[in-house]
Amino acid sequence: MTTGLGATMVRAGRRLLSSLPALFGVLVFTFLLMRVLPGDPAVFFASGPNAGKEEIELIRKQMGLDKSVPEQLVFYLSDIGHGNLGRSMMTGQPVLKDLRERLPASLELTFTALLIALIAAVPLGVIAALRPGSIVDHGVRLFCALGVCVPTFVSGLLLIYVFYYLLGLAPDPTGRIDVFTSLPPQRTGFLSIDFLLAGDFEGWWAACRQLILPAVSMALFVIAPLARITRASMLVSLGSDFVRTARSVGLSWRKVVVTYALRNAILPVITIAGIVFSTMLGANVLVEKVFSWPGVASYALDALLSSDYAPVQGFVLLMASLFVLVNLVVDICYGIADPRVSIE
Amino acid sequence: MSEELLRIDDLHVAFSTRRGMVEAVRGVSLNVGAGEMLGLVGESGSGKSVTGFATTRLLDAAGRVTGGKILFRGQDVTKLRGDDLRHLQGAAMSMIFQNPRAALNPIRAIGLQIADAILTHKRISKDAARAEALELLRAVQIRDPEARMNAYPHELSGGMCQRVMIAIAISCNPSLLIADEPTTGLDVTTQKVVMDLLADIAAARGMATILITHDLGLAARYCRRIAVMERGRIVEEASPRTLFSAPQHAYTRRLVAASPTATSRIEDLVTEEERERYATVVSKPRQEPAHGTPPLLEVRKLAKRFDQGSAAVADFSMTMAGGESVGLVGESGSGKSTTSRMICRLIDPSEGDIVFDGQSIGHVAARDFHRSRFRKDIQMVFQDPNESLNPRFTAFDCIAHPLMRLDGMRAGDALRQRVEECAERVGLPLDLLPRFPHQLSGGQKARVGIARAIACRPRLLVLDEPTAALDVSVQAVVLQLLDRLRRENDIALLFVSHDLNVVRMLCDRTIVLRNGGIVEQGESRTLFDNPKTDYTRKLVEAIPHIETGELLAAAL
Repeated sequence: MTTGLGATMVRAGRRLLSSLPALFGVLVFTFLLMRVLPGDPAVFFASGPNAGKEEIELIRKQMGLDKSVPEQLVFYLSDIGHGNLGRSMMTGQPVLKDLRERLPASLELTFTALLIALIAAVPLGVIAALRPGSIVDHGVRLFCALGVCVPTFVSGLLLIYVFYYLLGLAPDPTGRIDVFTSLPPQRTGFLSIDFLLAGDFEGWWAACRQLILPAVSMALFVIAPLARITRASMLVSLGSDFVRTARSVGLSWRKVVVTYALRNAILPVITIAGIVFSTMLGANVLVEKVFSWPGVASYALDALLSSDYAPVQGFVLLMASLFVLVNLVVDICYGIADPRVSIE
Repeated sequence: MSEELLRIDDLHVAFSTRRGMVEAVRGVSLNVGAGEMLGLVGESGSGKSVTGFATTRLLDAAGRVTGGKILFRGQDVTKLRGDDLRHLQGAAMSMIFQNPRAALNPIRAIGLQIADAILTHKRISKDAARAEALELLRAVQIRDPEARMNAYPHELSGGMCQRVMIAIAISCNPSLLIADEPTTGLDVTTQKVVMDLLADIAAARGMATILITHDLGLAARYCRRIAVMERGRIVEEASPRTLFSAPQHAYTRRLVAASPTATSRIEDLVTEEERERYATVVSKPRQEPAHGTPPLLEVRKLAKRFDQGSAAVADFSMTMAGGESVGLVGESGSGKSTTSRMICRLIDPSEGDIVFDGQSIGHVAARDFHRSRFRKDIQMVFQDPNESLNPRFTAFDCIAHPLMRLDGMRAGDALRQRVEECAERVGLPLDLLPRFPHQLSGGQKARVGIARAIACRPRLLVLDEPTAALDVSVQAVVLQLLDRLRRENDIALLFVSHDLNVVRMLCDRTIVLRNGGIVEQGESRTLFDNPKTDYTRKLVEAIPHIETGELLAAAL
């Protein structure tokens, strides 16, 4: 077992190294893309619409935009090498600080959404696979189709309309926490965890109430792929020879379905969950906007709209690194779950 | 006869398919006495496995018992529900399956899998179950059982996996064991070891066994009574001796004839009706090659090493004359397929040379060989007729493809004529040409594969286990076809196979491979009758001979 784990780690390390060139490519590509996009940041950040040419020129010089693109790239890369992602013109703060403040909000939302999606999707997929072609199966299919068809901002607005406006169960859809609630000391950045650590259950409950609607509207969108893959791989598993063996010796239904079929069927679900997570992290900008969630995606969108180069580049780099990291975690999980993988 | 354990009475099983209900078993009646070993023999689709699955209640959701009774110790198995059923499965009867590696849970240690079975039927602690599992691994003669307890199926060989499967099946001392093709897909020597083990365990524990197999020889070796099934019915039931010496039913006669034995010749493989067509074949007298002409194929010191392993093939040399047939035999991992692929120029050799018709072709890279003028001359027939045909090509397209690629023919009457001629030569009815592979039977697909290979009139045909996936009666016809093609067209055959009986019939010379090296070679009959090395002797002895079965039956 230890050798298996060791091999997995070696593989993971190799994977990490081999993804470095891709990260560098993303870096350069985003940099160039930002230079190509229309819009002049200097004009945008000049003091007013009547700013004179000299003033704009001055700002341009301050921002280093008067140099050639390759020169700018070299400066940018050397900055990154020193751990400096630049300063946002919008907030006036270093991008690194902005991202560090906002990333936990995005991560908390995405993790919760993924958790809700998995808790819903895996049982749905298993039930559908156990009775293929039955009403339950068709019901699951319909539910999944609806989840995919309705865009997240529509489902988000619907949820707000029903649970906030009609039923009054949910709090105002305005950010992570009520403005009047005192924040817990920051430890993980995840409010729901920080409140618990601080022993403030009232605050915890408030944070959770804020979290639940955006998380559910995000989860609805990804339940479909997760449930479908669970159903498909569960069907393969249930029809496999080893499940027949398990039945032939009279193992209990639970043992056959959970220990034999599901544990094998869950392997592809791990892969898909990794992909889904990475996609959600970047694509949840709509949900963040609808619920005024102070996450990284809405931050990047605002920056993009105002031609603020540094935050966008920082955001893309962050996403790419997270993507690599998530794939790594998936790889390690896979290596632990499937003894065949670590052999090579 | 001893006390009756299982009685199957007029069993009917049907499967619901898209085209309505299909009856797989139509009125099977059988009985098995306690401790008896019964052979259930038939070809694919005969319903033998379905009968087994109906008995152990493991039919697919689509399958249903539509009539008849299965009485196990007087209790109708088909009516059992819930817990009663679970107490039966594993504890009273259990089953062993065809593909041992797939039959084990790939991500669960084998010790746990055996313990799972034990814990289902016995109220003991986990540690006690683990100890029992270890004991069972010893009983099925797995080396170093303590270490193997934590092994996963992919770390074990096929034969080892089947032993583990046997351990699971016998874990709760059932009184009936149904073995569904337990050794198909294992090497002959492994096959013998596993079957001997199974027979010993059954005898020692007094377990009744139903051996389901397509191999008459295997059933004859281990069973005292054999039931022959065809299309869902039992056509004959007798002792092996009677079955072979005086088969009553026409189907049994055909099956007995088609099963290759140590003495059978290719002509003997089919019964009278089919033989007539064969007799009309004019066999051209083999011309002795003029003195000084190079052999058709000469292989010198061929070796193949894959990435970092040891050599898969080393120091392999052979020659072949035109129209000669050479057999390449060995167990899995002996390098016979690798060798055949190198000669076909599908993979590159690491060392050595291949000389075809006086020209060296060993140095042409495999991926450029399709441009060589010799590509037409060396063609291959692959093992699995299902996998080796493009599912989106009709039979016509399959045969026409090499003609268009290698002979530069264009779509038109000439091409159609050539394709039809090829189809006729392999005995493929012309009305099947527009069909897709999934609309053809296994034998028909094999014919398409052969027609495709001979389309460009090759001089050397390399056949990689061309009949391994076929039923014996189909195999008989395909073997005759190959032999006829060789005589009529003077095609040299390099026949790769693990089935020694087949090689003995078809090939003039045989080369025995082991671990990538030649162990022995020579004229086929001499080699098999008087093997010079221990390894060849072991191989020859492991084949289930029907004669041995008769002797065995006579001795009892």
